[in-house]
Amino acid sequence: MTAAHPSHHGRSIELRGISKRWDKVLALNSVSLTIPAGSFTALLGPSGCGKSTLLRIIAGLEAASEGHVMIGDEDVTRRSPDKRDLSMVFQSYALFPHLNVAENIIFGLKTRKEPRPQRDAKLQAVAELMGLQNLLERKPGELSGGQQQRVALARAVIAERSICLMDEPLSNLDAKLRHEMRVELRALQKKLGFTMVYVTHDQAEAITMADQVVLLNAGEVEQIDAPRALYDEPRTTFAARFIGTPPMSLFEASALGSIGERLEREAGTGLMLGLRPEAVSPSEDGRLAATIVAAEFQGADTMLDCRIGDELITVRASGRSDFAAGNAVSLSFAPEELALFDKASGARLVKSKQLIAAFEP
Amino acid sequence: MKRDWIYALLLLLPAMVLLMGFTHIPAIETVISSFFSTPHGRRPAHFVGLENYRYLLEDDVFIRSCWNNLIYSAITIPASIIIALVMALFVHNRMAGLSFLRMAFFTPTVLPMIAVGNIWLFFYTPSFGLIDQIRGLFGLPAQNWMGSTDTVLYTVLVVAVWKNAGFFMIFYLAALQTIPTQLREAASLEGAGRWTFFRRVTVPLIMPTTLFIMVNAIINSVRLIDHIFIMTQGGPNNASRLLLYHIYEVAFEYWDTAPASAMTVVILAVLSLLAIGQFFWLDRKVHYR
Repeated sequence: MTAAHPSHHGRSIELRGISKRWDKVLALNSVSLTIPAGSFTALLGPSGCGKSTLLRIIAGLEAASEGHVMIGDEDVTRRSPDKRDLSMVFQSYALFPHLNVAENIIFGLKTRKEPRPQRDAKLQAVAELMGLQNLLERKPGELSGGQQQRVALARAVIAERSICLMDEPLSNLDAKLRHEMRVELRALQKKLGFTMVYVTHDQAEAITMADQVVLLNAGEVEQIDAPRALYDEPRTTFAARFIGTPPMSLFEASALGSIGERLEREAGTGLMLGLRPEAVSPSEDGRLAATIVAAEFQGADTMLDCRIGDELITVRASGRSDFAAGNAVSLSFAPEELALFDKASGARLVKSKQLIAAFEP
Repeated sequence: MKRDWIYALLLLLPAMVLLMGFTHIPAIETVISSFFSTPHGRRPAHFVGLENYRYLLEDDVFIRSCWNNLIYSAITIPASIIIALVMALFVHNRMAGLSFLRMAFFTPTVLPMIAVGNIWLFFYTPSFGLIDQIRGLFGLPAQNWMGSTDTVLYTVLVVAVWKNAGFFMIFYLAALQTIPTQLREAASLEGAGRWTFFRRVTVPLIMPTTLFIMVNAIINSVRLIDHIFIMTQGGPNNASRLLLYHIYEVAFEYWDTAPASAMTVVILAVLSLLAIGQFFWLDRKVHYR
């Protein structure tokens, strides 16, 4: 890498009570969160949850109805997008179709009237960084999706802004390319050190790339955590259902028979129980009797849909095992793997000693 | 294989008959008759070579019409394009009363040129017309705009711009709406203001439309003369006489078809050259998606 390669110093972002109303629809309801400087933060949620709106509010493309946006120590709520020290990659890439790759990348530098030698040096460095040296003369229409993506990235990093916002940047790429770009994006962010805010509806993307995942649901923050914590300790049934492929199985306590009754008695409230598919395994001495409803062979694993009581749970078994639909099977799991949720509110309950004791025979 | 060829010919025939009958054959006949004298009663047309063309060069009224048309085109083409673009940019944004404004801008296009001519006749009428009434409010004297050789050409020119701009606006509006809003957002993140975005993104992206409109504007500046019949009939003293109006008069009022044919050929040649030039020269500079 040449000495001229773009260096960034990430800045932190803080949102304080951001709300957004469209006429009568509340798109965001008092969202507060902190994005540490230099971190990779994913805004994750189902479509319509307000994640893109939140990103656009950070960018300044949309004004918040209430609340403040802080970048570093500055309140930028009323500042125009170009004065916020950030760049953005759009889902559609938003490349200028009449300009060639080089012109697209230096569009901003030209607008800000950077002197030519500086501009050329930066272009060279960024083109080298993104592997675009041979494509500089092409028009966006003559590039593949992956190449267009790189140009959009190059345009975002050449300005050496301290924050980079991405709105579902990989959703238009095919699966293989998406995987490659994931690795590359992550490496790029690490190398250049900017703060990344990344919007996605794909939980796998968020889990694999981010330092911190902000899970949004219906305009509200559901959970903010590191990927591992989000997977291991979902704080609501929504988070439990949203994360993981396949997600955590949730079922009513009554499916566990007498254990379930004791759990509910100890907790003093109706319960939803959660188990990750890999936390359950078929075994000879399992205490749960179940019937296999469907078995899906996936190579390394076989996913089993098992019925216990009136509920269905998913079990990840070895791909070597041979289970067939309709067979009876006994399942076992470690008590500490069981997640307990309040049935009414969906909030997770902390497992006390008494609750664990309910498992003892 | 041979049958296919017959089918193709049969399918093309209706369009070909129409095109041939009303466009190609008359055009060729015009070219031919421009080399012959005008037939009179018992004296049939005879070949005169370039005599008709030589005569045009000496015809002061023809030369005057050429100059008039040149001024007329040189102003109506850019003016109607620029006004169309400004109107399109104006009604492209979201605002209250938008559809009413769009309709208002488009109305002149729907009106027949004859009606348009009559409306403007009322505007220009000395003392009573709209323009003089407004001038009267400021204590300015009445003006006979269409009666003066200095101003009459501009009065008919304004009408043409008024009529064309709304039509061209529709094309610009359609072109503007194909520009993704994300381009504007991407540009605004880079600090590009409205003017920079317009100059560096909007203008190049609507270039194909501009080219199309330009070809139409050039043709219209020669072709649309209906309002001359209503408003000035080429007068006073030929000051508002345009080429096509002159041809019409020579051909169908004086029945002097030979020079009229020659003039038509001149117009056709100039228009074809312009159209070809535009497509070949400008095409290379235009970005098509």
